[in-house]
Amino acid sequence: MSEHSAQVAHQFDDATQQYEASTLGMWAFLITEIMFFGGLFAGFFVYILGHAAAFAEGSRHLDLALGTVNTLVLLGSSLTMALAVRGAQRGDRRGQVLFLVLTIILGVAFLGIKGLEYAHKFEQHLVPGPLFRMEGPHAQSAQLFFSFYFAMTGVHALHMIVGVGLLAWLLVNALRGRYSAEYFTPVEVSGLYWHFVDVVWIFLFPTLYLVARHV
Amino acid sequence: MTHPTVPLRRYVGIFAALILLTGLTVVIAFFDLGGGRLHALNAIAAITIAVTKALLVVLYFMHVRYSSRLTWIFVGAGVFWFVIMIVLTLADYLSRGWFPTPGSWSS
Repeated sequence: MSEHSAQVAHQFDDATQQYEASTLGMWAFLITEIMFFGGLFAGFFVYILGHAAAFAEGSRHLDLALGTVNTLVLLGSSLTMALAVRGAQRGDRRGQVLFLVLTIILGVAFLGIKGLEYAHKFEQHLVPGPLFRMEGPHAQSAQLFFSFYFAMTGVHALHMIVGVGLLAWLLVNALRGRYSAEYFTPVEVSGLYWHFVDVVWIFLFPTLYLVARHV
Repeated sequence: MTHPTVPLRRYVGIFAALILLTGLTVVIAFFDLGGGRLHALNAIAAITIAVTKALLVVLYFMHVRYSSRLTWIFVGAGVFWFVIMIVLTLADYLSRGWFPTPGSWSS
């Protein structure tokens, strides 16, 4: 009877087929996201080759300590997300709720730290535009670096905000007992999204904070 | 519907590896590995570590290792086109200036 439970939409034969289709659909979306962020990375690498010294100067103005802490926070949130999915798979409602809450806390912490970094950049006049101020000969091209920095981390942060929204929705449903060992597809699929946003940061962090500084 | 759940130990192990790799990449960034223009070795080290971390997340946290062949093809296709975009773009920009530009016809 569980094969045709309420959670299986009528176009699917069974829960397994629905799960496979949902996972593949999410991956198809994530591939478009790879292309989207990939374009930004390609642009960054093209400009760093032409403005190496300015990008290095800009990169040294980033807060490496906060960037590293944020990387650890986000990796931690990926672990708790994986454990939330595991909780759902095992029909462990308490574990699922606990780890969803932890993931939300870590996600919000990431956004908070990012906001702090942004605030510092505004105070130091490092935001591209008429108020941009920087000592040294590379001031003009360093704005290019900060344009990439704000565009890439900004779009990433937007994805994080969407992710936190998804997690909140999962949490409400988990509290209502919607997910079980037979049906946890939304948790798994949202998990894919969350981990993807983590992977984007795994590349953003060394690109902006580490590689650029030595060019 | 039954799904093999990944043992807790595996998840914690992957997380520990991710933390260690993050520490490693930050430490390496403080050393100047040299290597011509672009400090190629620093960049190669950082990107290699990032790719390793991404692989760990995709294979284990995102369950690709335990997924169907069709999922592998989707993921592989995405990575393949991404690599084409980056490699072909940089093949142009990195190789400029390797050879002298012939004088233009108008001069």
